[in-house]
Amino acid sequence: MIPIHEEKLKYLEETANKIREKIIEMLVEAGSGHSAGPLGMADIFAAFYFHILKHDPRKPAWPDRDRLVLSNGHICPVLYATLAYAGYFPREELMTLRKINSRLQGHPHRGTLPGIETTSGPLGSGLSQAIGMALAARLDGKKYRTYCLMSDGEHNEGNVWEAVMFAGKNKLSNLTVVMDRNNIQIDGFTENVMPLEPLREKYESFNWHVLEIDGHNMEELVFAISEAEAIYEKPTLIVAHTIPGKGVSFMERRYEWHGKPPTPAEARLALAELRTLGRRIKSEHE
Amino acid sequence: MQNLFTFAFCVLGFELSAMVNPKLKLNPKIFDKDVEEAPIRNGFGEGLLFLGGKNRNVVALSADLTESTRVEAFAKKYPDRFFEVGVAEQNMATIAAGLGVSGKIPFIASYATFSPGRNYEQVRTTVAYNDANVKIAGHHAGVSVGPDGATHQATEDIAVMRVMPNMRVFVPCDAIEAKKATIVAASIDGPVYIRFSREKSAVMTTEDTPFRPGKMETFWDSRKPQAAIIACGLLLRNALIAAKELEKENIGILVLNSHSIKPIDQRGIVGAAEKAGAIITVEEHQVTGGLGGAVAEVLAGRHPVPVEFVGMHDTFGESGAPQDLIEKYGMGVKDIKEAVQKAIARK
Repeated sequence: MIPIHEEKLKYLEETANKIREKIIEMLVEAGSGHSAGPLGMADIFAAFYFHILKHDPRKPAWPDRDRLVLSNGHICPVLYATLAYAGYFPREELMTLRKINSRLQGHPHRGTLPGIETTSGPLGSGLSQAIGMALAARLDGKKYRTYCLMSDGEHNEGNVWEAVMFAGKNKLSNLTVVMDRNNIQIDGFTENVMPLEPLREKYESFNWHVLEIDGHNMEELVFAISEAEAIYEKPTLIVAHTIPGKGVSFMERRYEWHGKPPTPAEARLALAELRTLGRRIKSEHE
Repeated sequence: MQNLFTFAFCVLGFELSAMVNPKLKLNPKIFDKDVEEAPIRNGFGEGLLFLGGKNRNVVALSADLTESTRVEAFAKKYPDRFFEVGVAEQNMATIAAGLGVSGKIPFIASYATFSPGRNYEQVRTTVAYNDANVKIAGHHAGVSVGPDGATHQATEDIAVMRVMPNMRVFVPCDAIEAKKATIVAASIDGPVYIRFSREKSAVMTTEDTPFRPGKMETFWDSRKPQAAIIACGLLLRNALIAAKELEKENIGILVLNSHSIKPIDQRGIVGAAEKAGAIITVEEHQVTGGLGGAVAEVLAGRHPVPVEFVGMHDTFGESGAPQDLIEKYGMGVKDIKEAVQKAIARK
């Protein structure tokens, strides 16, 4: 992977912000969906689709592309917005999210929209699907890497730990997980609903390599991804500490925003904040 | 003397072949006491091994039941393409989904109560809705599993699988047909469920008997049928014996093998109903939602006739000897004959 330059970094940050704005616009138009998770993962998605992944939006089925599996499918507004900015489909289509006859289903569906690697949404089954893709790469002697983006809350699911054991056993070094460690799930804070810590030790004891990063620092993410590529005979977990609702002050760190969209009035406030980067710059919309 | 013996044999043979459909090239010993027997699951193992040599994209996954589900021969011959997932059926189905969308043809094997039982949602979302190229081998079907008891006797799996969009469902009647179903499944692009029984059962077909998805075959043909039995799985043999006995009582019967529950042979079902005027379904499964349900749905829409259902009637099985259980739960030859009489009486 190419090291990240200052100009590229600035471009990625601007792209992440555009993705955040689009997420707010999509959610208010849809009238339902999840707010906090998509906003919190915008930086990571921008870094993946505009720097990390080997992919070609004009050839979504290119056999040698890197695979990105979104396991917690409910944050798909961020995936859809990113795919549209990357050129997989027209940006206007984003406003059809969750509506009838749309290719943008409430949770991602493979085969409907270009760029969706697999169907997801029901939690806990993305990692094992990513494992299947990584196994296929190994069987075919292909160099592509498989990335799985997961939530912390979905680690309540038994299927996740079955997959963690399997990947460790099979030394799947071509597989990297990025966990969105935002500490919230529907019923509250993760450590109250069902304590997950110590996550690092849990994964390490299953023969994984574990890294921790600030999920809003793209340099750290890119550096961690490079380290994961260099790790031999182990899959890597990158625990990305993120702020749910990142970029919209009244949504940040509040689990109430896990599963609801903004009202039109809230969306206006949110967009004003995003467009001015928290009033640090002047918005072209004003 | 020798000639006389040959003559007598020919007459008897002729009488038999007039009823057993000669076009299907069935086992000539189909009604004999010493008919060859083999567990249906063996056919899966043979089919999988065959596929391993034919197509390097075929892979197999097992959840700690490699020998019992007959994956062992494949695992030994193609260790690079075999994955042991441990006792984790949810993981097995979802890993297979990932393989299936990456150009592989994964077969996953376990007991049907666990896969597609325990991993129902994973199969629904990541295999069926995802339209992933995954083949699910569900073993230990029906009460004929025997001593293990109801926890390990799948009697709802056909129903659960056939209602899933994108899923195909095959129920082979013997080991040879199981091998064919396994090989055909690999040639289909998309999800397939195949159901296998544990115990030895009669081998009714031969390598030359046709197997076409969505097409029933008439195993027992009668010129003036009064009822048609549509059966699947190992109980097809009981249906044939019942038909033969009824024929002696001058009751003409058709016996059709519905190895393909989905797609189901709509034309074949309607044709049998038109010809015979009454239908009896026979399956080692709950009568609601299984083969009986599927046949009744076709008839209700296109050609309603009286239907009697032989199978499990809203009850779980229990431990016991396979044959005793089949009789206790009303799936013996006598039960099939009674169901035929009832169906005819309702015409």
